[in-house]
Amino acid sequence: MKLNLSTDSVRLLIPALSLTVLLCAVFYLQPRAMSYTGLNLLFNLAVPITLATIAQMLIMTVNDLDLSMGTFVSFVACVAATFLPTDPLIGAAILLAAIAAYAVLGIVIHVRELPSIVVTLGMSFVWGGLAVLILPAPGGQAPVWARLLMTSKPPLVPMAIVASIVIAVVTHFIVMRSSFGVLIRGVGGNTRSVERAGWSIIAARGGAYALAAFFAVLAGIALVGLTTSADANIALRYTLLSIAGVILGGGEFVGGRVSPVGAVIGALTLTLAGSFLSFLRISPDWQIGAQGAILIIVLALRLLLNRLEKREKGR
Amino acid sequence: MNALRLLVQKPWIWSFAATAIVWFITIMFTGGASAAGLSQAALTFAAFSIIVGIGQMFVITLGPGNIDLSVPAMMTLSGTVALKLMGVDNAMILPGLGVAVLLGVAVGIGNYAFIKLLRIPPIIATLSMSFIVQSMAIWTNRGIRIKPPALLADFTTSSFFGIPNVAIVAFVLSVIAWVLLQKSVYGRWISAIGQSIPAARMAGIPVDGVRLATYVLCAVLASLCGYLLASFSGGAALNMGSEYLLMSIAVVVIGGTAVAGGDSNVPGIWGASLFLFLVVSMLNTYGLGAGIRLVMTGIIIIAVIMVAGGRKRGRA
Repeated sequence: MKLNLSTDSVRLLIPALSLTVLLCAVFYLQPRAMSYTGLNLLFNLAVPITLATIAQMLIMTVNDLDLSMGTFVSFVACVAATFLPTDPLIGAAILLAAIAAYAVLGIVIHVRELPSIVVTLGMSFVWGGLAVLILPAPGGQAPVWARLLMTSKPPLVPMAIVASIVIAVVTHFIVMRSSFGVLIRGVGGNTRSVERAGWSIIAARGGAYALAAFFAVLAGIALVGLTTSADANIALRYTLLSIAGVILGGGEFVGGRVSPVGAVIGALTLTLAGSFLSFLRISPDWQIGAQGAILIIVLALRLLLNRLEKREKGR
Repeated sequence: MNALRLLVQKPWIWSFAATAIVWFITIMFTGGASAAGLSQAALTFAAFSIIVGIGQMFVITLGPGNIDLSVPAMMTLSGTVALKLMGVDNAMILPGLGVAVLLGVAVGIGNYAFIKLLRIPPIIATLSMSFIVQSMAIWTNRGIRIKPPALLADFTTSSFFGIPNVAIVAFVLSVIAWVLLQKSVYGRWISAIGQSIPAARMAGIPVDGVRLATYVLCAVLASLCGYLLASFSGGAALNMGSEYLLMSIAVVVIGGTAVAGGDSNVPGIWGASLFLFLVVSMLNTYGLGAGIRLVMTGIIIIAVIMVAGGRKRGRA
């Protein structure tokens, strides 16, 4: 009698396992974290990171990489902290324009066959510049509704956990179940065959980029809802965090092999790794280094599991 | 006419053309008063991006997905450690250089060990490595700013017949890189691997050895650049490498090296490095604010890639 696992669920196993192990370690070090407030504090900042990771995952689905994710989320945060509370219409218009800009970017990258890494690298200057123009000094205020949503306290389970589950379920349906999701994963897997099947690759790429921008916008608003003010550099580290989150969650750089649930778990793991290290009382000098080490250990585990999986198949 | 057509077909010509235009516009704006000063400053600052850019170019040539994100951390670590070791003593300049190179070799080997043994994509392997290296730098640095030895500081900040010494160093390294890439077996191997790893393996190329050597080379060049930059700016700072991450990738790609690998070019890196510095100083002379300057830099980078990228498609 053996459980029959599909390859996709095996891919999810390692991220889920590492998250559990890390969570247990945190609970062991700091039993007080095992409460409603404790969990809320642990995962509070995970919501914007999760959303940014999902956005990065959508771009990676079509075999591209977005190096401007951090600056874009910072830009959105600046817009959300300045225009959204006072002139919601102008703010919404700016954010819609930004989403449209992403769609255009996706189309241009496809039509001109440009390397996405470089184009988004250039865009990171543009978003960074716009953020500085909108908010030259740290400040602003969060829209009341975003603040209410992010600090709300649903019964039994903290907001951050509820939000993560909702994000995971929604994106799972979009990417794994809808025809649009199949289409963009197909573009990542084999562009030519999707094109021959009569689909518009331009529309698929543009759509994937626009959807990614939409999630990045949500990330920026969620971030401002948590921090109540913004700064042009507030989310710069999201670029690398989001890429690492997707990879930790079992995604691949090419081939359209991604997992939304895995990406959410990967983002949570990265957030938790930070808290874990501060509980360990590691000297601040080595905090970043230890984060790198955790990343490496998790990926080594994944390699081990892939090996085992292959051996099973070989039998 | 024929010569002109040949010139237009070179992928690096676009970055040089753009550099010339930006240089001319800036000089026109200042009324020609600062031509020499501007050129000298451009050569000095471009030299640092050229040195890291060459290393990054070798890595990118290895093929899709190959990239070294540990460059900024490496620069910081080597600058910090070397200056601490030299401790303003002129006699320690060469040992300091040696330690910087050794650190580069160690980090390069570490990078490739992660990539090979753990089968992690290079972007994540070098990212994790850079976290560890950055931690080591923080641990050695402790916020103390040690001055470079006087002789070394003089060397990096002065010039030889009007040409900054660091630019001469960058030029020598570029020539070596060009010979390595175009004339040596090693260069041919890198290009072959970048075009197709399975094919390279079939042809009997020692794929792992070449890739290891390339990651080591990139780390050593970044380390060298950190050593020079720390001496040039009068001490190592923990964030001294940060802007060189994007810079090293941007100069390679704007310079006309194929991002998909297998095709590299050294002159383009010079064009792109000079161009990027001149764009920033041109926007500075117009007295624009930081926000507008960043936006313009981004738009200009994308515009150049769109012009240059379109030409490349015909050849592929």
